[in-house]
Amino acid sequence: MKSSGAPLLEMRNISKDFYGNQVLADINFAIQPGEILGLVGENGAGKTTLVKILFGMEEIHQTGGYGGEVFLNGKRVRYTTPFDALADGIGMVHQEFSLLPDFTASENILLNREPKNRTLVSEVFGDRLDRIDRKEMRERSQRAIAKLGVDLDGEMLVSEMPVGYKQFTEIARELSKDEIKLLVLDEPTAVLTEREADILLSAMRNLAAEGIAIIFISHRLQEVIDVCDTVMVMRDGVIVQNVPSTDLTIHEVAKWMVGREVGQKIVDRNFSYEEKPVILSLKNLWVDMPGETVKDVSLDIYKGEILGIGGLAGQGKLGIPNGAMGLFPAGGEVIFEGETIPLNQPRQFLNAGMAFVSEDRRGVGLLLDEPLDWNIAFTAMQIQDKYLKKLLGGLISWRNEKEIEAVARKYIEALDIKCTGTKQITKELSGGNQQKICLGKAFAVEPKLLFVSEPTRGIDIGAKSLVLDTIRHYNEELGVTIVMISSELEELRSVCDRIAIITNGKVAGILPPKTDAAHFGVLMVGGSPLEEERRDERD
Amino acid sequence: MSELRETKGEKFFNIIEKNAVSILFLIICAVGIAFSGYSLGYLGQEIITRVARNSFLIISLLIPIMAGMGLNFGMTLGAMAGQIGLIFISDWGIAGIPGMVLAMIISTPISALLGWLCGKILNMAKGREMVTSYIIGFFINGIYQLIVLYGMGPVIPIKDPALVLPRGYGIRNTVNLIGIRRALDDVLAIRVFGLSVPLMTFIVIALLCLFMVWFKKSKLGQDMRAVGQDMEVARAAGIRVEHTRIVSIVISTILAGYGMIIYLQNMGTLNTYNSHMQIGMFSIAALLVGGASVNRASIGNVFLGVTLFHLMFIVSPMAGKNLIGQAQLGEFFRVFVSYGVITLALVLYEIRKRRSRTRAGRLLAQDQLDAIKEEQ
Amino acid sequence: MTKIRKFMKSFGWPRIIIGLFLLSLFIIAPFVGVNLGTSLSDTLIRFGMNSVLVLAMVPMIHSGCGLNFGLPLGIIAGLLGGTLSIQFGFTGGLSFLMAIILATPFGLLFGWGYGSLLNRVKGGEMMIATYVGFSSVAFMCMMWLILPYNHPTMIWGYAGSGLRTTISTEGFYLHTLNNFLQIQIGEKLIIPTGMILFFALMAFLVWAFLHTKTGTAMTAVGSNPVFARASGINIDRTRTLSVMMSTWLGAIGILVYQQSFGFIQLYMGPFYMALPAVSAILIGGASVNKASITNVVIGTLFFQGILTMTPSVMNSIIHTDMSEVIRIVVSNGMILYALTRKSEVSR
Repeated sequence: MKSSGAPLLEMRNISKDFYGNQVLADINFAIQPGEILGLVGENGAGKTTLVKILFGMEEIHQTGGYGGEVFLNGKRVRYTTPFDALADGIGMVHQEFSLLPDFTASENILLNREPKNRTLVSEVFGDRLDRIDRKEMRERSQRAIAKLGVDLDGEMLVSEMPVGYKQFTEIARELSKDEIKLLVLDEPTAVLTEREADILLSAMRNLAAEGIAIIFISHRLQEVIDVCDTVMVMRDGVIVQNVPSTDLTIHEVAKWMVGREVGQKIVDRNFSYEEKPVILSLKNLWVDMPGETVKDVSLDIYKGEILGIGGLAGQGKLGIPNGAMGLFPAGGEVIFEGETIPLNQPRQFLNAGMAFVSEDRRGVGLLLDEPLDWNIAFTAMQIQDKYLKKLLGGLISWRNEKEIEAVARKYIEALDIKCTGTKQITKELSGGNQQKICLGKAFAVEPKLLFVSEPTRGIDIGAKSLVLDTIRHYNEELGVTIVMISSELEELRSVCDRIAIITNGKVAGILPPKTDAAHFGVLMVGGSPLEEERRDERD
Repeated sequence: MSELRETKGEKFFNIIEKNAVSILFLIICAVGIAFSGYSLGYLGQEIITRVARNSFLIISLLIPIMAGMGLNFGMTLGAMAGQIGLIFISDWGIAGIPGMVLAMIISTPISALLGWLCGKILNMAKGREMVTSYIIGFFINGIYQLIVLYGMGPVIPIKDPALVLPRGYGIRNTVNLIGIRRALDDVLAIRVFGLSVPLMTFIVIALLCLFMVWFKKSKLGQDMRAVGQDMEVARAAGIRVEHTRIVSIVISTILAGYGMIIYLQNMGTLNTYNSHMQIGMFSIAALLVGGASVNRASIGNVFLGVTLFHLMFIVSPMAGKNLIGQAQLGEFFRVFVSYGVITLALVLYEIRKRRSRTRAGRLLAQDQLDAIKEEQ
Repeated sequence: MTKIRKFMKSFGWPRIIIGLFLLSLFIIAPFVGVNLGTSLSDTLIRFGMNSVLVLAMVPMIHSGCGLNFGLPLGIIAGLLGGTLSIQFGFTGGLSFLMAIILATPFGLLFGWGYGSLLNRVKGGEMMIATYVGFSSVAFMCMMWLILPYNHPTMIWGYAGSGLRTTISTEGFYLHTLNNFLQIQIGEKLIIPTGMILFFALMAFLVWAFLHTKTGTAMTAVGSNPVFARASGINIDRTRTLSVMMSTWLGAIGILVYQQSFGFIQLYMGPFYMALPAVSAILIGGASVNKASITNVVIGTLFFQGILTMTPSVMNSIIHTDMSEVIRIVVSNGMILYALTRKSEVSR
């Protein structure tokens, strides 16, 4: 922190709800010129929404705006589009690259802000026919790169760059704006090698020295503590801590991030692992699922247990079931009940007696344009020849509409699906009811092992507990092994017997649900595994 | 993650595949020339004529490719506008270069309007621009026929009886463009090594090439390249994506109109209801033969393509006759090759697009293998 | 009531306009001296001729391969079946049956190859299908010249080899279906029962197939391929099967067409035959990835109705035959409408 006086940016009493669902409440903080503010929190803590409010994203306005006020240099501002925020000198570097692959670094840095010369033609036909001044462009982009203090050739094509350079190009793009005062970096180091990350961190310090304020969003807590002046921790839509970074430890910050010590319900059963056979064993699994890459996962799953798989978004937890089932290219070994299941063939996965309820309900889980009875019956019909009539001595398998309706009715009742009838088109149902149909579809297959991915994402609280209870009962009454993948640690702790945390595409550790929440937090942010606390049942 | 390693064989295969269409054509042409028995002088003259005749049209395809809209099958729209211009100047009896220029002036607003319409529709059909522009060509052809076959005469006055069908309205199937026949070609026609070269036409084409080079360096050209690579990124940077796409189609359509006029002044006759439908297919095929793909094309592709494609076109009937004894076979062969080459280029483009998507998976697999090797 | 409203909504304004246009043509017809009976029988005959070709769109749309612009490939299989049947000396009704039997292996083989190709170009099917159709027609142009056909009714008299551009089906399978159980009401109204029954049989086969396990899988693949994959369906195999069915139906469709039309049109004949069939099914209410038998029936009736009625009615009113232009504008306009609809872009 350098200068005092009027803060560069101040947010006062910011609140935001999406249709009654409070996602931000009572947010108050300020940032000085040249200050680096570390913003940390679990997924869904409200960081992204806060940034979106700052930039005046369309999404915010479409959902009813926000409460509270934003001040820039002591002046009240309320942006209606991101372009307004950019014009005021607030820049943003996104997690995913928004670069054009066939353009050079300098073309990307100055995209749509190219220096131009007027020509005779453009005098007549308007300024879009101005000639681009390549020389000036090189110089300006080189200046921006120099500010960053990295060695990057402006004439290099983005498609030929290593990942780190792409990140630098993105940042240089923001720095090339003369008026830049505040820079928001969303997980900039996630894709970098250690050396590249070091360069970036020192570049951030250089920028701060020049008076540019930085909001640094990251899950790498050590970096946050090292580089930031202040660390702000968010949880469940509120700021739980906003303190100077001096003398902070990863453990403390992680605890603030995940710690919800009061009022939480932790699983109340004791699953006995003794003499339980391993039902499914994953060995050196890698999965190429964009955004959720699994690098090397080995896990043993015991018959009858509920295994939770947690971790932050983008670390690879979702890739595990998707890869095991074969929906995304995968390698390694999947052994189910002693037999190796061939990868990349969903049919083999289903034939073996496993099922998967996808996190992508609308994309993978449902036939949105078809009636709901089809959705429930389809997989069981195709895999196990259920609900079919044999005609002409078994030559023709005719769809048995009556049985399809019966099974749909059964699950509509069992799962309390609210609908007008078995023939209702699936896309007309609410998210919670769609989720129940996905469960019904999986139950109809009567699997021995069920993967359930993000079962409560995007559904309301009432439906949430019903879905979780259903999964529990299904496990307890029918002895079905469950692997539940969720971003919400509390949800996992309330249902599962063990929880594996996936970080950077690998298993960071497996802990019992009753473990102190901070330990989960440390695993999630890639901290050193707490060996003394770790109780890995495999050993 | 490291670079994806490829074996030498894979690299060689990639190079072959990238240039598959051109290589295939070189072979066809070589075989064709050998069997046709044509003299080099004859072939050279034919090629010069055809390069002069077709290049302008083909260059008009480049801008939509730059803007990521694929092959502009809607270039027939411009061709129709050019033809309407020619019908009017024929009726008014304006000959020579002034006639051509006037035809171009008439075609410009028509092309611009049709191009704007086409661009609007293509913006509603993102991701399937090619098939849509192809159908737009047919659709506007219906309107064109309505105007030329029924409107010209009763609604739009046409005086010259040589143009009008005997029934009293509508334009004849073939219009003799006697007034502007070779009007451009014969300006500054010179002889080089015994071959006649329409120098003025080549100068016009060279000017267009210069325009293309200059355009690429302009702000608009830069925006088009940006939109062509990623519409969302361009939009986030504040580029008006839809507008830019429409402009690219409008420019292409206007140029196609001029190109058609240059093409027809060389041919000397206008097939009122056919010329424009064929020209789109031949231009696209020629461009692809030159090594262009759906998302990448250069001026070099145009000239290589027009040369190879027309070489094949010239030699195949004779080669067919000499090989199998039927000239007709050769004619069918060249039609087959024209369509086949477009098919092949489209298929290769789609396959390549899919392959680049599997790259990440191959990288991961490679990393795993490396890790296992290291452990051992 | 809601069902009717839903139907109206899915029917869409272009179909309502076209339907009203057709209705008005039928109302005007008697006043301008056009015989309704003749018009109706013409419409019915054209319906019979074209409906199987339109039906050939259904399987591919169902499996998400889009509109079958590659229909000429199926037609070529039919042409091979027809010409071979004549070449082998079959005559009369038997020649029609043999044509179907002989066309079948070609249809399945071509369909398999075509389907395998389309599986490699997912997302770009329609454009490639168009050009596969064109290339195969051009390729067959060469083949018709070279293949060793020698039946005297089919080859060029002067050259002694190479097939003619048009071959009469008279004495072979001309009107095999048309004349079967034909009903004549009054002087002018003729109902080609046999042809309509044949279409009904084909339509029933497609309908029945869609009610089997594999047919259900095909619908799911078209509705949401990722869902189908996650349910263990082999998408590529299902798609190939649908393309084979479409191609085979195209082959049968052209034979039905020829037996009524009276001629086998070779060489560039099949070139533009895909577009009318595509627009007919779209007029019937199908979209790029949803189609039913009802769409086929309504679409073919509407489309062929307009084709029959516009020349006669227009000619009587303004003494100008603008039917060709109207056909081009309506059919391509309909395809454009389907291609640009937002809801259909996002699957």
